[in-house]
Amino acid sequence: MYLVEMLGITKRFGALVANDRIDFNLKPGEIHALLGENGAGKTTLMRILYGLYRADEGQIRVQGRNVHIRSPRDALTLGIGMVTQHFALVPPLTVAENIVLGYTDDFRLNREAIRQAVAEAEERFQIYVDPDAVVQHLSVGQKQRVEILKALYRNARVLILDEPTAVLVPQEVDNLFQTLERLREQGFSIVFISHKLDEVMRISDRVTVLRDGRVVGTVPTAETNERELARMMVGRETFGVTRQEIHQGEEPLLRLENVWANDDQGLPALKSVSLTVRAGEILGIAGVGGNGQKELSEVLSGMRAPTRGRVLVGERDLTGAEPVEFADAGVGRIPEDRHEGVVADLTVAENLALEHLDAFTRNGLLDRKAMLEHAEHLIREFQIKARPTDKAGKLSGGNMQKVILARVLSRQPKVVIAAQPTRGLDIGATEYVRQQLLAQRDRGAAVLLISEDLDEILALSDRIAVIYEGEIVGELPASEATPERLGLLMAGATKEQGRAGTATATTSH
Amino acid sequence: METFVLNLLAATLRVATPLLLAALGEMLIERSGVLNLGIEGTMFFGAFVGFVVADHTGSLWLGFWAAVLSGVAAGVLMAFFSVSLGVNQHVSGLGITLLLGGMALFAFRLLYGGRSVPPSIEPFPQLSLFEGVPVLGVLFRQYLFTYIAFLVLVPLAWWLMYHTSFGLNVRAVGENPEAADAAGVDVFRIRYIALAIGGGLIAAGGAFLSLAQLGSFTHGVVSGRGWVALALVIFGNWDPLRVMVGSLIFGGTFALQLRLQAMGLNLPVPYETFLALPYLVTIAALIIAGRNATYPAALLKPYKRE
Amino acid sequence: MLAQRRLRLRIEKTGAPFWFRSLLPVLILILTFVITAIFVLWGKANPLQAYYYFLIAPLSSRVSALEVLVKSTPLLLTGVAVTFAFVAGYWNIGAEGQLYAGAIAAAWLGTVLGGLPSVLAIPLMLLGGFVAGALWALPPAWLRVRWSVDEVVTTLLLNSVMLFIVSALLNGPWRDPVSGWPQSPEIAASTMLPKIVPRSRLHLGFVVAVLAVVVLWFVLSRTAFGLKLRAVGLGRNAARFMGVPVERTVLTAALISGGVAGLAGTVEVAGIHFHLIEAISPGYGYTGIIIATLGALNAWGVAVSALFFGLIDTGAQTLSRAMGVPVYLGEVTQATMLLVALALIPLQRYRIRLLSESSEV
Repeated sequence: MYLVEMLGITKRFGALVANDRIDFNLKPGEIHALLGENGAGKTTLMRILYGLYRADEGQIRVQGRNVHIRSPRDALTLGIGMVTQHFALVPPLTVAENIVLGYTDDFRLNREAIRQAVAEAEERFQIYVDPDAVVQHLSVGQKQRVEILKALYRNARVLILDEPTAVLVPQEVDNLFQTLERLREQGFSIVFISHKLDEVMRISDRVTVLRDGRVVGTVPTAETNERELARMMVGRETFGVTRQEIHQGEEPLLRLENVWANDDQGLPALKSVSLTVRAGEILGIAGVGGNGQKELSEVLSGMRAPTRGRVLVGERDLTGAEPVEFADAGVGRIPEDRHEGVVADLTVAENLALEHLDAFTRNGLLDRKAMLEHAEHLIREFQIKARPTDKAGKLSGGNMQKVILARVLSRQPKVVIAAQPTRGLDIGATEYVRQQLLAQRDRGAAVLLISEDLDEILALSDRIAVIYEGEIVGELPASEATPERLGLLMAGATKEQGRAGTATATTSH
Repeated sequence: METFVLNLLAATLRVATPLLLAALGEMLIERSGVLNLGIEGTMFFGAFVGFVVADHTGSLWLGFWAAVLSGVAAGVLMAFFSVSLGVNQHVSGLGITLLLGGMALFAFRLLYGGRSVPPSIEPFPQLSLFEGVPVLGVLFRQYLFTYIAFLVLVPLAWWLMYHTSFGLNVRAVGENPEAADAAGVDVFRIRYIALAIGGGLIAAGGAFLSLAQLGSFTHGVVSGRGWVALALVIFGNWDPLRVMVGSLIFGGTFALQLRLQAMGLNLPVPYETFLALPYLVTIAALIIAGRNATYPAALLKPYKRE
Repeated sequence: MLAQRRLRLRIEKTGAPFWFRSLLPVLILILTFVITAIFVLWGKANPLQAYYYFLIAPLSSRVSALEVLVKSTPLLLTGVAVTFAFVAGYWNIGAEGQLYAGAIAAAWLGTVLGGLPSVLAIPLMLLGGFVAGALWALPPAWLRVRWSVDEVVTTLLLNSVMLFIVSALLNGPWRDPVSGWPQSPEIAASTMLPKIVPRSRLHLGFVVAVLAVVVLWFVLSRTAFGLKLRAVGLGRNAARFMGVPVERTVLTAALISGGVAGLAGTVEVAGIHFHLIEAISPGYGYTGIIIATLGALNAWGVAVSALFFGLIDTGAQTLSRAMGVPVYLGEVTQATMLLVALALIPLQRYRIRLLSESSEV
């Protein structure tokens, strides 16, 4: 008998059908991988099971009984817990408080008893975090452990993990997988959402593949292979990225000299970062999320002033300059958060003009005709599916990103800062964005690519630098980069090794 | 000199009481993620309801509890707009302040006509805990509400915030409602409860003014004290003890200006300078403390699923 | 395979049909007056008769219709003032205090500019009122952009402070030496705003108010500064990312907002009262917030709301005189209308659709 069955689940968001009559089931004591590309509907399906969304159609059965899951509380009552991609933790609360949140019947919080109970749970599942630590001070890996512990503490028998390895370095992944295997032995059922084939092959017992909101098939892992799964997932045989020819950079266009910067809490997030990006090359910054990438892209956008060091574009010193000065100096900036790159409630035409408003202004008056023509031109050139008068916030992620690209690239920037440029985009849009970045390089621009997607870094970069805890811990030409080698550097623990093994490393100082 | 200081301290506690009540209520509400600009109107309406019910029934306590109830209703109304409908909290809160203000004035005019001398009632008496004892005798001649506010409500609020699951839920909902929801906390329910309790406390502050301090209801009975309480919450960094400190600073300034006026000193500045002083001190306190204020992260953000 | 047809209702987030959106204001009006009927009945008046005095009677004669425009004048100005600030995401709740700042300036300039001809004195006085309002708006705006001090609280507190300043002036140096009333000396005749319609109270201030609406429209829709204002208000971080100088824009918006609110006080003194009195404003600054919201921060919306609120203010007085219903019914109605609108406007975003769908089983 199945522990959980989802039958004919359909979920629509406006015109988009995110889940189309999906069947999914889960056996007791198995790790069931849910595989698919971004936007295939994996997360939506599991958010329905966890009560965060409600299905438009379909049925859910738990232990053979029809159930209605209206909220996470219902799901937890049925023994279903979920670790979402964006952790559902309250940063200023302690680990213990986060774990018991919403799960104590006592009005009075007995702190000692709670600490005790959490410590016991840690012992039982062999997942260790300091119960008194404040969550906002924990590392990403530790936060994930708190999340898993939280679900288990609530007597979840089913654990849903949404892309749990996306935020981990390879070495931490091993750790997680050991935990998952232990839980499987103890009889827990685990849904493992992923788009990484090797991980799915390694950890799961069965795989269900989704594509475009539909089930392509469910197969036992032992009876399949990466190639077959890849074909099911993308609908074509070839999978993976082809390495680009490697370019030698020319004169340096962007230089960072011992740059320090603080995060929002005022703690140092960048520590003496020195980088050089040359004309006609892409420098990739690899690293696990939260190691200073956000602050680095903000420093290079004018959104965050460095506390020490210098930022030079060509010969111009832009240390601590305003965003407008970066734009004027020919720095094209693609922000990490798309919604920071456009004003959602302004039109596409307005968003395309705002960065260089002087070009569309005469005596303080807007030249609206010129703005519209400009927008129409870029919409055609960049194949944006929108009208100039549409609100930017109504566009899909891919089209919104194209608006930003159009605005940035149409100015023929000398330097391009691309932070997580394909995050959350579908395959078509991802391809498009990557091609545009390569075209910029070929045109002679200096491109800094900051990405947490190692495949992307490997596919596009001519040189690769690795950031760990705000420091550049290694830099190597793309020809010498392998996932294993970068993984070691990204894990930080092997900083010295990584350095030693990198002949061309130009580390800080 | 000694009596001057003692009287000043006693008056400080008295003046601070309604502010403390309202600020504690607002603190609870903001901790859950809602900015309640209905605070001024809720205080004013509480003062009105308290007075009218007490006047008509002859029972001060009935008046007081009726006022608290009216505050609960105002809080629920605010919750309907800010939590259920998720509309802009600035505008809906001000709308509620204006509505309650208009309603109180309308009803008061209907009930009492346009008299030039406001009607009055015999207010709550002050309780002496140490009658005849030097120093303590003066200091502890206070209204019951003052004792309750400082000696019961402040510790209670502190205990509630940090040592109960309700407080934990409130803090979680005001910091990260998505996470709280995912953990099984009913975000809407918690915010409704916070607004209901907070509204009751705010109205109690208003009722204190009409039923204890003044024994009457006038247009100027609240005169911006709700806004001061709003500032005290920021000054107090959403912590009950620091909110209490803030209320004492404002109360002290206010009591001082009352004393100075009463002394009839012939000063080269108009007496309104003293009246404005507490408000200016509050702004100054806000500038000093508010710069490092850590606002509840979800303040002003309505929570919607999907 | 079996094809099955079924009908179902679905609520979609795609925008309500046009007929519903056009009907919405009517719906808001009806609901508002149904709710306020409770108060009318409590005032022992027949609601239908009361609404005649409230909404129709003021428009039935030329004199009272002009009076509606008189009442609308300060509301147009405070509505425009608040809109300038809110569009930029600056929560200026201090229009009331800024209005009094403009009124003080007018009362002072009205006495010192007496020697000048009207063509000079009146523009100078308007300028003075604008500057005074802007100056009173400056501290909270500066604290906001410099130190992130919450402007909601500071502008509210400064409203209280301003009332004490007015009181200090009227009970001190400006107390009428003859009557002893707390009102400033009458302003010089050359500084009084001329009537634009003979035998009425409608004065030049109305033209100023209409101009303010036009300027608001022009700035927001036609100028680069207006686009920056909207960008900052709609997405502060994104605007900054795109190079908009956020601090300077917010500060400018706040000063314009304060200045226009100051004009409201100036024209009330120079066009209606000719003295500074404590009761210059029964809360026009706060009503301006309602008007800006009901007008959806759009110049023409603000104009319509302000005119309608002028009608309500006039009607409340007519009704009070005719049937003894307290004049505060006007305030209750205005606040109710805001809340009703806030509750109903979100409906605009939804559409209920009857779906006939076939699903294969």
